[in-house]
Amino acid sequence: MVKKIYFHSIFFSFFFIKETFAAESGGMPQLNPEFWVSQIFWLILSFGIMYLVLSKLILPKISNNLESRKSQILENIEAAEKQRENSDAKLKEYDEIISKSKLEANSIFNQAREKAIKDISAKREVLDKQIDSEIAEAEKEIDTLRKNAPNKINKIAIETSSELLQKLIGAEVNNSSISAIVEDLFKRNGDKYYGN
Amino acid sequence: MAANPMSQFDVYRIGPEIKVGAFDISFTNASLFMILSTVSILLVFNLGSKRNSILPNKIQLLAELSYTFVSKMISDTAGSKAKPYFSFIFSLFMFVLFCNMFGMIPYTFTVTSHIIVTFVLAAFIFIGVTVIGFIKHGLGYLKLFVPSGVPAVLLPLIVIIEIISYLSRPISLSVRLFANMMAGHTMMKVFGGFVISLGIVGGWLPLSFSVALTGLEILVAFLQAYVFAILTCIYLNDALNLHH
Repeated sequence: MVKKIYFHSIFFSFFFIKETFAAESGGMPQLNPEFWVSQIFWLILSFGIMYLVLSKLILPKISNNLESRKSQILENIEAAEKQRENSDAKLKEYDEIISKSKLEANSIFNQAREKAIKDISAKREVLDKQIDSEIAEAEKEIDTLRKNAPNKINKIAIETSSELLQKLIGAEVNNSSISAIVEDLFKRNGDKYYGN
Repeated sequence: MAANPMSQFDVYRIGPEIKVGAFDISFTNASLFMILSTVSILLVFNLGSKRNSILPNKIQLLAELSYTFVSKMISDTAGSKAKPYFSFIFSLFMFVLFCNMFGMIPYTFTVTSHIIVTFVLAAFIFIGVTVIGFIKHGLGYLKLFVPSGVPAVLLPLIVIIEIISYLSRPISLSVRLFANMMAGHTMMKVFGGFVISLGIVGGWLPLSFSVALTGLEILVAFLQAYVFAILTCIYLNDALNLHH
């Protein structure tokens, strides 16, 4: 504050005593009015030209640059947002395709399995029938064999006993009497011999 | 001559004497540094605005940071109505800043250390702001001197004080810049003189002071340019948005 007042007083006092200051060589050169007009003239000239060039040519360009940068950044952000949305949609689509194809693969697999099972069961049925008929045939054969077996055995027994008798007694024995005995034995003990 | 700390402020003629009527408008060292400052400003900002790349290079970044700095300063202090005066305040800030900074180079001349230069700038601002105020508000601009909510008894006194403070604006604005620049440069010169007179033995202390002062003076050079510009914004704010 004191400093300010001091300089004010210097400034104002100058109007009244400029002759003394101008004469004083050791004083402040600022208060020497010799070049004041020159300084004012060159200040107005240089500052004026600078102001005109700055305001008309340079500053609009800088503001333009700043604006265009701002708008470009906004545009880029917008574009990035759009691309992100795009990629999100594509990702969704891709996911959908994957899940759909998974379902499809599943159904194809199921169909194939069902078909295979059907085939297998059909073939098994055929085979079962074949096996059944073969078993039946075999059983029939066994049955006939079994039915025929006592007759053959009887015959063998009759022949063997007639041979044995012939060797033992040296005379031919009537076959019909032997067969009667065998028949009688068979009837009585047939169950015991053939195990039915 | 060189030992006198004030001799750095001497203005001398470069080239022939030019006279228009009774006025001497010779080219002086002050003119040289005004031209140098303005040409540097135009060069820097022309280079900084030439290319419009999304990723700015250093000089473009400098120009754009200065632009946004000043535009933010104006919008913060004077609002959006001050937009038309942006170029003027930008030029003013840059001119004062470059003149102050050129003065920090040894053996140069500091344009802003002359009261007549700062006073012409301040007077122009004062007249301009007053004219803008009267154009915008007519005679209503005089309400600036009548603050609201003051008791009627004190009002005459307050009005006188307000008028004096308004009229002293150009003086305080110009003297602040001029005195700061002159005092700083004088002090640096005095300490520099001490370095020489104390010699190799005792010169180290004033030398270290001188180094520290140089840093301080660079800060002051920026700060005074900023203060000059922001006070202009505040005066402009008074003229544009009248609410006292």
